Amino acid sequence: MFDSYRVNTLQYDPDRCINCGMCSRVCPHGVFMPGRETAELAAPALCMECGACALNCPVQAITVQSGVGCAWAMISAALRGKDMDSGECSCGGEPGSCCGSVQEKPE
Amino acid sequence: METPPSCTCSCPPETASLPCGCTGGKKETCEETPGISTATSTITFANRFDHFLARWGVNRMGHTVKPGLYRLGNPDADSPVFASANYTLSFDALRSALEGIDAYILVLDTKGINVWCAAGKGTFGTAELVRSVTCSDLAHVVRHRTIILPQLGAPGISWPDVMRRSGFKVEYGPVRATDLPRYLETHTATPDMRKVRFPLADRLVLVPVELVHAAPPAIAGALVLFFLAGPLAALAAVAAVLAGTVAFPLLLPLLPTRDFSTKGLILGTIAALPVAGAFASDASAPVWMNAAGAGMALLMMPAVTAYLALNFTGCSTTTSRTGVRNEIFRYVPIIAVMAVAGIVLGISLGLLGWLEVI
Repeated sequence: MFDSYRVNTLQYDPDRCINCGMCSRVCPHGVFMPGRETAELAAPALCMECGACALNCPVQAITVQSGVGCAWAMISAALRGKDMDSGECSCGGEPGSCCGSVQEKPE
Repeated sequence: METPPSCTCSCPPETASLPCGCTGGKKETCEETPGISTATSTITFANRFDHFLARWGVNRMGHTVKPGLYRLGNPDADSPVFASANYTLSFDALRSALEGIDAYILVLDTKGINVWCAAGKGTFGTAELVRSVTCSDLAHVVRHRTIILPQLGAPGISWPDVMRRSGFKVEYGPVRATDLPRYLETHTATPDMRKVRFPLADRLVLVPVELVHAAPPAIAGALVLFFLAGPLAALAAVAAVLAGTVAFPLLLPLLPTRDFSTKGLILGTIAALPVAGAFASDASAPVWMNAAGAGMALLMMPAVTAYLALNFTGCSTTTSRTGVRNEIFRYVPIIAVMAVAGIVLGISLGLLGWLEVI
């Protein structure tokens, strides 16, 4: 209950893994840990879908629909009739944090 | 993976005659003036004042550093190369952490956005890194072929692509620049150096900008309520916004449940209880008015706080897009119904109050 984050889009195919260790190096939440023969998916529920592991995996053993988990950006997109997941309304405009008013761009 | 020679790129045949470095088959466009700038590790008062303004959201996009290659100390052809964003807070964190180390800093043009957010958007990305390497002529500045990137730049970088297109190997340093001296001893990061934390201090520095963003609508709402429903209602609006923008970031890990919206609903209800109590105990008003006033506070305040809390997901370091989407679909309807019910109750109360006066 009250946990919307238990499920995410991270998928890992250990059969393809060559154990280069890159995923556990780039993951900021310890989702992947170094294993003996392949990388270990240690904490999938902690994944924030940043996409670093998938982008840096040299053998495409990892897929994830990456994006920024920012309600402001997604609601802004929805209110403008855009796809919430497109990333068109980014958390833009705020260097210190990802929040803040979305910059209006002339269409 | 095969390591290509340092100066090749995988361009279409028609561009193969161009000098190395190409993005999507096009020759790099270098806007920076060539040459190496000089940086120090000293953080001056002016730097600190700039950080202060950045934290308060003043001139948000203006806290920039000139992109390009910088010399820190007295680097030679074997000195390490570090990449950073052209946001002053990012660049200053890196150069101050490298005190006493001779190195090069390659500042990518991220349009004044910090490394992690820029990586999420792709502006701290493969294309920009390759472009910067080419435009700074890095291959002729250093003998080695390694660039140390902040780990949080990884969501924008594909190291095999960088290697293929620039000849440089990407090495991911620790999350925090302050761990760099320790990292450089062995060029390996401990699991702790690889983890993002979101401690109180990191949450506290986000409060000013949250306040600045919420202030205009909060003040407007409080003024309207002051004239329509009196000082207590205005105070309730201010309390709900402060709960969402100040108390929420600070109390984040202590609030029960994982969802930000439910954390906000709980916090907003706690903030609403004394206000509801004050409404309910107004002896001069009839009982139905006391009940309606208390009900209004208990509907409106948690709704406002929960909405602000939901919007804090973008500032947090843990929320996935899938999870945030779930939260939006689950809780925004509830928040909206609570807010509308509260407004209807408030308007009815105001109208009835006027009728009584008449």
